[in-house]
Amino acid sequence: MRNEQATKLIFDLSQPGRRATRFPQADVPVKPLSEYLPADQLAEEPPPLPEVTEADVVRHFVNLSQLNMSVDTHFYPLGSCTMKYNPKRHERWAKLPGIGDLHPYLSEDRIQGMLAILYEMQEMLGEIAGLPAVSLQPAAGAQGELTALLTAAAYFQDKGEDRKKVLFPASAHGTNPASAAIAGFDCVQLNSTKDGLVDMEELKENIDEQTAVFMITNPNTVGLFEKEIAEISRLMHEAGGLVYIDGANMNAILGITRPGDFGGDMMHYNVHKTFTGPHGAGGPGSGPIAVRDFLGPFLPGPILTKSEDADGNPRYSLTDPEKSIGRVRSFFGNVGILLRGYFYLRTLGPKGVREVSETAVLNANYLLAKLKDVLPVPNGDRCMHEFVASAKTLQKEKGISAMDIGKRLLDFGFHAPTVYFPLVVAEALMIEPTETESRATLDAFADAIRQIVEEEPDFLHQAPHSTMHSRPDDVAAARKPVLKWSAQ
Amino acid sequence: MSYIFTTPEQQQEMLQEIGVNSIEELFASIPPELRFQGELDLQPAKCELELEQEIAGRAKQNQAGSGLTCFLGGGVYDHFIPSVVDEISSRGEYYTAYTPYQAEASQGSLQVFFEYQTLICQLTGMDVSNASLYEGGTAITEAALMAMRVTRRSKKVAVLKSVHPEYREVLKTYLKLQGAELVEIGTADGTADLEDVKAALDEETAALVIQNPNFYGNLEQVHELAEAAHEKEALLICSVDPLSLGVLKRPGDMGVDIVTAEGQPLGIPMQYGGPFLGILACRQEYMRKMPGRVIGTTNDRLGAPCFVLNLQAREQHIRRDKATSNICTNQGLLALRATIYMTSIGPQGLKEVGELCCQKAHYAAEKLTAVDGYELAFDRPFFKEFVLRCPVSAKDVIDRAAESGLGLGPKLSQFEEEIGSETENLLLVAVTEKRTREEIDSLAEVLANGISERMLAQHA
Repeated sequence: MRNEQATKLIFDLSQPGRRATRFPQADVPVKPLSEYLPADQLAEEPPPLPEVTEADVVRHFVNLSQLNMSVDTHFYPLGSCTMKYNPKRHERWAKLPGIGDLHPYLSEDRIQGMLAILYEMQEMLGEIAGLPAVSLQPAAGAQGELTALLTAAAYFQDKGEDRKKVLFPASAHGTNPASAAIAGFDCVQLNSTKDGLVDMEELKENIDEQTAVFMITNPNTVGLFEKEIAEISRLMHEAGGLVYIDGANMNAILGITRPGDFGGDMMHYNVHKTFTGPHGAGGPGSGPIAVRDFLGPFLPGPILTKSEDADGNPRYSLTDPEKSIGRVRSFFGNVGILLRGYFYLRTLGPKGVREVSETAVLNANYLLAKLKDVLPVPNGDRCMHEFVASAKTLQKEKGISAMDIGKRLLDFGFHAPTVYFPLVVAEALMIEPTETESRATLDAFADAIRQIVEEEPDFLHQAPHSTMHSRPDDVAAARKPVLKWSAQ
Repeated sequence: MSYIFTTPEQQQEMLQEIGVNSIEELFASIPPELRFQGELDLQPAKCELELEQEIAGRAKQNQAGSGLTCFLGGGVYDHFIPSVVDEISSRGEYYTAYTPYQAEASQGSLQVFFEYQTLICQLTGMDVSNASLYEGGTAITEAALMAMRVTRRSKKVAVLKSVHPEYREVLKTYLKLQGAELVEIGTADGTADLEDVKAALDEETAALVIQNPNFYGNLEQVHELAEAAHEKEALLICSVDPLSLGVLKRPGDMGVDIVTAEGQPLGIPMQYGGPFLGILACRQEYMRKMPGRVIGTTNDRLGAPCFVLNLQAREQHIRRDKATSNICTNQGLLALRATIYMTSIGPQGLKEVGELCCQKAHYAAEKLTAVDGYELAFDRPFFKEFVLRCPVSAKDVIDRAAESGLGLGPKLSQFEEEIGSETENLLLVAVTEKRTREEIDSLAEVLANGISERMLAQHA
């Protein structure tokens, strides 16, 4: 079945003189380009791109697509990534004429329909967060974190305070410290308790007048709700600091509890996770942030405001907040992804949104219950929308690692869970089934793991066995990086 | 709508298996006083047909598609997108996959990104490319941060004012908290003055950031600017229009050290500003200082060649606060679109698009400046875009043209920039391969009949 000819590198398919797309002759009078462009910048020949036919292009990329696992084709329980079903209707709507083809510099009065949608999106995200001031600009979750930290920094500066420290628990996503460092803060990592929660004693010891922000994912990356969050927030606020909620795990709490209600001052969403903008093989994402009113004036611009014209009709405008930190990217934001999130929320409504989290938590707990006797879950019998199992005992007794299990799952037609994250659990397998899976799929996945843990360790070390490749050598790749094709 | 695929009966059985009576019990770990009471204040659910009708109504309130002939520019352009780009990138196997952490389950995306990296190197004449960043503005910014790491100069970055104002804003935002100074070098004549540039650079400057063609559409003296930067051992960062590289020399052949670009012209729809594609490529020696995802080749356990995420030791999930960047994704789907676009047009197509844009833009410039009162703001060579000085405010011109279904803009006054003198009457005009002679002629006609006389009269 595999078409090895078509999946050669596109450069090896190239034949001089071939092409897939043609352009018309110029319909305007032409002059030699040397009359228009400076001689020292005129190219003698175009770049050496490959030359292939349209059939080559189609067969090549279609065959390559079939070498991927994806939500459309497989169960993809990649923890922390919320790989839920991506509704097809969103794809159609985002590409509609008048929606998908708007130039960002069209003047406001010619794009009132788009601005209305984006305004409503701002409002909905503020409501779900319980934090009313929203910026849709950040291009991804990591940029949302950075934007919120810059917002916090501007806020402290405005108050004449010099706060340099950002605290975060050891279970934090790597982007938290990376964003804090880029925003110019000093990073202080706190240990977690053995239950996987924030260590309150350690937190108290580290809070002082230098502390700017405490960054916390809630529910956390172990899949637990930080039940001391109100006390954490109280301590931070008492010391004059702010609490940042990493919204990566919002899929657990939509309509159940709100970051603004449990003490968060700022948060980011991952629209591509929680609100099902597709993941696109690694992007685009969209990472809007929601903050308390007093932080609103510092948000990046533009944001949308609504007013009424003389006839009482709504009028949407782009405005820069009064003390804005400035832009974090060019143009408005990743509108294509925001639109998909908007469509999702509009088709779900308030009841449907809450049902998402209820079912996501149900599915995760069900899978936990089906697996815990063969794959221990160190942080308890209950979880939110995901849980972290550990292959530590299996590793010690049989030499079966989290990696082995993840790789072998591919043979059963399941994408692997997130492995070796969070760092606080040894041999971690982070499993997030999402709400959009049937019970039959969850049962089959549990059965697969139960079978795998009984298999011969040597057989597992060499898994997967059914894919085109198995166990690529990462170390060799990094030692002598080959990052492009070169003509032989 | 609902995307719940278990029945109520199944849910009951699942609860039993867990050992609880209700879903509510599963949320017991959330303290009751923190629970949200009542229902979120969101609009009630609509089904597919209802919402489609509503969105269609909203779409009609926007001027686009067949209702608009697009001469808008300023970093986003109405270029032709071959149908293969849309068709292939609509495959769920691509757009519903995630970051290729499991190489065995992601060889398709990995190979596409490896091909993308190669194509970007071929296009720009650079040695290495990452697998893409968010968009043009953050690409320039990441390049500047990278240059600070490469040169170990953390205090100063210089940028020409002819670089896109929004890109410069992003640069400013990011550099501020790094404690680094952004030195902005004026370009009142539409391009850099070499003497001004030399005076602004010193031994503390990590990089000189330029754009070519620049925000006004004009061509900078890239060779000379490279020399000026290198004289002070600073890097030259140049943001390019990828579709200019069929007719213009590649930045790698003109002394540029880090190339960035907004990849939108490479088969990506305008989408009111995003998602787009941040291109970043550099010279070999800076490879390990480069931010973002990178794909490389290796062998599997049986010795067969395959693709993996590479150089992950630079990245945030390993290095945390010591990472080269906080970015943890690439723009996979957009990189795919650009890859299909570039392979589908090939070298000859790239050259033809560039020629068509350049010829049509010059024809347009000639026609528009033949109208009384209209002239080019700058006397500089340009590629596909130019700044038009109007006899009346640019806003009036934009509004009047819009009534005839012609999209113009942006007006330069919206960027609060001083270019020489007054920006009120300055307007960017971009002409892509899609614009026909007829459309250009009708724009000239609208200017001639509709605006100059009537409005001059009003303004008199």
